Amino acid sequence: MRHFKMDAQSSGHKVVGKSLKHESAIAQVTGQAQYVDDALIAEQALHAYPAVANQTVGLIKSIDIDAVLAVEGVVTVLTAADIPGKKDIGPVFPGDVLLAEDQLQYHHQPVALVVAESFDIARKAARLIKVEVEADETKPALLDVEQAVAQQDWVRPPFTIKRGDVEQGFAQAPHRLRASMTLGGQEHFYLEGQVAYALPTDDGGVFVKSSTQHPSEVQHLVAEVLGLPFNAVTVEMRRMGGGFGGKETQAAPWAVMAALACKKTARPVKLRLARADDFKLTGKRHPFTNRYDVGFDDQGTIIAADINVTGHCGYSPDLSDAIVDRAMFHSDNAYFYENVTITGQRARLNTVSHTAYRGFGGPQGVMVAEALMDDVARRLGKDPADVRLHNLYREGRDLTPYHQPVEQFVLADMMNMLMTQANYRQRREAITEFNKQSPIIKKGLSITPVKFGISFTVQHLNQAGALVHVYTDGSIHLNHGGTEMGQGLNTKVQQIVAQVFGVSADRVGVSATRTDKVPNTSPTAASSGTDLNGMAALNAAMLIKNRMIDYMVEQLGAEKDSIEFGDNKVSYQDGEISFKALAQQAYMARVSLSANGYYATPKIHFDRNEGKGRPFFYYSHGVALAEVQVDTLTGENSLTHVDIMHDVGNSINPAIDIGQIEGAFIQGMGWLTTEDLQWNERGELASNSPATYKIPAIGDTPKHFKVNLYDSENPEHTVFKSKAVGEPPFMLASSVWCALRDAVASVADYKISPQMNAPATPEEILKAITAVKQQALNNAE
Amino acid sequence: MIRFLLNNRVVELDGVAPTLSTLDWLRTKTDLAGTKEGCASGDCGACTVVIGEQQDGELSYKSMNACLLLVGQLNGKHLVTVEGLTVQNTTDALSLEALHPVQRAMVECHGSQCGFCTPGFIMSMFTLYMNHVEYPGEHQVIEQLGGNLCRCTGYRPILAACEQMYQYPRAENHLSAAASDFFALPALPEASLSHQQQQFYLPADLATLTALRSAHPAALLVTGGTDLSLAFTQQLQTADAVISLADVAELKQIDDDRQGLTIGAALSYSQFMPSLLNYFPEATELFSRLGSMQVRNAGSLGGSLGNASPIGDPAPLLLALDAEIQLVSQRGERWLAIADFFLDYRKTQLAEDEVIARIFIPARKPNSKLACYKISKRMEDDISAVCCVIHYQLIDGVMQNVKTGFGGMAAIPKAANQLQDYLEGKALTAAEIEHAAERLTEDFQPMADVRASKDYRMQVSKNLLQRLWLEQSSQLITRVDHAAL
Repeated sequence: MRHFKMDAQSSGHKVVGKSLKHESAIAQVTGQAQYVDDALIAEQALHAYPAVANQTVGLIKSIDIDAVLAVEGVVTVLTAADIPGKKDIGPVFPGDVLLAEDQLQYHHQPVALVVAESFDIARKAARLIKVEVEADETKPALLDVEQAVAQQDWVRPPFTIKRGDVEQGFAQAPHRLRASMTLGGQEHFYLEGQVAYALPTDDGGVFVKSSTQHPSEVQHLVAEVLGLPFNAVTVEMRRMGGGFGGKETQAAPWAVMAALACKKTARPVKLRLARADDFKLTGKRHPFTNRYDVGFDDQGTIIAADINVTGHCGYSPDLSDAIVDRAMFHSDNAYFYENVTITGQRARLNTVSHTAYRGFGGPQGVMVAEALMDDVARRLGKDPADVRLHNLYREGRDLTPYHQPVEQFVLADMMNMLMTQANYRQRREAITEFNKQSPIIKKGLSITPVKFGISFTVQHLNQAGALVHVYTDGSIHLNHGGTEMGQGLNTKVQQIVAQVFGVSADRVGVSATRTDKVPNTSPTAASSGTDLNGMAALNAAMLIKNRMIDYMVEQLGAEKDSIEFGDNKVSYQDGEISFKALAQQAYMARVSLSANGYYATPKIHFDRNEGKGRPFFYYSHGVALAEVQVDTLTGENSLTHVDIMHDVGNSINPAIDIGQIEGAFIQGMGWLTTEDLQWNERGELASNSPATYKIPAIGDTPKHFKVNLYDSENPEHTVFKSKAVGEPPFMLASSVWCALRDAVASVADYKISPQMNAPATPEEILKAITAVKQQALNNAE
Repeated sequence: MIRFLLNNRVVELDGVAPTLSTLDWLRTKTDLAGTKEGCASGDCGACTVVIGEQQDGELSYKSMNACLLLVGQLNGKHLVTVEGLTVQNTTDALSLEALHPVQRAMVECHGSQCGFCTPGFIMSMFTLYMNHVEYPGEHQVIEQLGGNLCRCTGYRPILAACEQMYQYPRAENHLSAAASDFFALPALPEASLSHQQQQFYLPADLATLTALRSAHPAALLVTGGTDLSLAFTQQLQTADAVISLADVAELKQIDDDRQGLTIGAALSYSQFMPSLLNYFPEATELFSRLGSMQVRNAGSLGGSLGNASPIGDPAPLLLALDAEIQLVSQRGERWLAIADFFLDYRKTQLAEDEVIARIFIPARKPNSKLACYKISKRMEDDISAVCCVIHYQLIDGVMQNVKTGFGGMAAIPKAANQLQDYLEGKALTAAEIEHAAERLTEDFQPMADVRASKDYRMQVSKNLLQRLWLEQSSQLITRVDHAAL
């Protein structure tokens, strides 16, 4: 593996580091940017729609499709029996069923696929299916996580990591507390729902346009389900209308279904889920139930921590193994626990299978650490900020529970800097005073850090490829294995390639991700898009650039050290030549101007049996300070002030990075406040539309919302010394939840750490206030 | 046939289903795919379009959700989509300078990430731009954009763009010539849509409306479509006949005399709100938080009452204000007290040949006090878990003519009679309010649903009475500081 070192400063030419606009911005604001559902389709195209069962669990006795077939315009109805190849589309472990055949495992599970002349006909006809189910007395619907835990009903086995001796730690610790909390799930609510369009090719294969974060996996699954070799299937993805993890594995079923219908009918087939069905048929962020037992000293030093995190996985493994791993790997967040045991459980429930969502379990783990820091501070009568500062990883106290040493200690500096800039101490005093004077409205304040591990914890995914062509007019074609879902990946990679060739970014054409251009790619996930694909594209561009340099040395007599690419030209000791002319001349001299680039992340390894290793190449950091107001009569609340300091290393595009930070923060705030997923006693999703599931709206943007980038390059050798940014800032929103809890704690003079779950809806907050008041009364008696 | 102006071209259309939405029409029958479907239920704003309408010689432009707007309702209107903001007939990429200021600001402020909500935001911002020649301030911006959801940006750059768009030279409205020509055309006589056996009727006067209503008792009535359209997009219902009330002249009037305010049932919230809030400014929050701007620009009082939803916010207010409702048919007209209008969950007194014509709100009595509270998970564009309205006269410290209306507490919008009876004639004191609050347990046995538990509904209702007391008796801060309040 080759890693080219690049220094953005070597010439005056600078594309990397500039706040260039998103490569599609103009197309987006004019409505010209095309998403999968937008392109004009063939007159002969059909539309497919999944038909679902209205039961939750049971053995399928019969599937009656007569009424569906009788609808005018219905072309065919496909069931599992029509699948020529694999019926299981589990991405890592088996268990994810394309169309239920023998048994139902969650409410609204697809059992058939209706193919019709129009979207409306297919969708309407799908509702006419009749599924007869025999209830299995021994297997009632499992909907309560406590019951799943009691029965040890797992989708994957539990896993424990440990360091030191917790029992000994507890014995030494002068203080001990135990608590538990539940964290709700989260609907991705990508604005563009799941969609795919499959076309037959003339060699018996299929061409699929899919709104997916993982084109290679869609390619593989389509091929396996249809019984085709991988090379008969091509998947293309130009842009998604949001992904957030929801299109990592769970874009595949719809693409596979469209391909199946396409293969069966020999006509192009589109499948798009209406929003309410997207809610019901796709997995969400895992809800978690977490317990912690901590021992600590008078300063708040965590001497022992015994932590148990249980992910509510739904009916199948999907990605739950790795998601709960990441929750475990982040339940220390930024803090050193002297002795620690962390157990992760993966509970099976009869709901849709929960899946990747920005942070991938990390947020559910981080919340343990942040909740317990507040609990310890309240117990000791300390400011939670001080307890946090005190427990941060530092020299000598630097080993994580999975035995990866922390090597970069920037969080204390970041926290102190932000506390000074945002007047934390004065505001803390003023708020305490305000709360004494204000019986109804209470203010809350909190500062929380984030340390987030960067790399896929599944090692082989940490690789990427790219394809770069320089054409003879000097224009450049860029293709890489990553997918654009709004995060600005294509813009950043475009900047990286433009920087290498010393041309302006608009000379680098960004194209759709395609499995026939860059094969065997990883999902665009784990915040790794730019780290992996940017480096692969850099490597591809450097191969071509070096050939151009060799040509100049050999044919133009240029001295290698004098050659500089910049401002759309190349200079050397005898003069300069335009980039376009160089490309033309190199071509005439029969120099190859096309190259594949490849990159694999170095240094990482993890031994799961030992629970030891270095799963992460490096850590990204951030700190957020949030101020809230709470109405103690109603639980209504408002986030009024937010200050953020975030570490993206050397920023490739500051505007895009800040956009990621702001967006992630607000999305995290939604998870912890208004986004309230509810399943009813039948296992039916009750919050199944934006009418009942509320993501943040524009008025929820804090009045004071300031984001600064921390000035610090990545000590590891990443592309232009940048750091990943997609997920880490999501967890900055823990500051909002902690600030709300701070406001609630004020009703009992900060002496009681409130029991408060997430999401902290007005109802949950009022419940916490009522409980704290009652507890204070009890304590007084 | 119906006729409307689509950006800069006149469209004459017939032969489409009366239940077809403007969104589906645009996306499946034209080549304009810029308008996006995010939810098809009026909750996300991705399909926002701008509707120009001429009334009393004045042209106004308002944002609406294309997913809720039936194609038939476009008759006589100017439909502006995201493609209409720039003069362009090719697929060539536009330069930054060729963009409309709204679009340019969005690009320069990095307001689009995935870009899927962007066309909807652009259209809401375009409405703001058309209706305000200068930056109107953040409060107005948030009011305008509260119904546009973005999952990527966290909104900060979009708020910045709304300010930035006023920094460029002001753009001329390049559609105005086409609009003048279009609105100069005489109205189509007997505009309607036919599709096989299905009909969309657009009566222009009350007599025609009641005649149609008698002739088609199974027909669905539509004004803004903000509720009805969900039956089509979510329940996938069809209808043989849909009758639009939106163009019935008599239902679009507002009369303000000394007895009170008479509001035409087909007026949109945006149209009647100023008059109503002029008398009852305390109700501002109820309306500014009702749906979104797109919904308030389309939805009507007649539609809200006709649906008899237990959670609509206008009904509790109208109950507390002692409003009356006028029902009209070919048989004649009758006035009912609002309290008598609701029978049961989604059931009303409305006979199958009747339409709601007007709502009368009595003039404000001397020394009258009004408290309006709405509790929901999200401040903007959310349905109430509890809506609480209390109206009374305070004479020498004593509460008189106490009237209440509660939403979310029962199967229908309902007065808290026990509470009213208790408070009537009582001094407004902390102790009396506390006693009165206990009466709520006699008035209501609220439901638990996805919005709130029954305990929360009850506890919050009681606590809202405490808020009322504190607001009347002290200078204490009783509300959190939120942009939507």
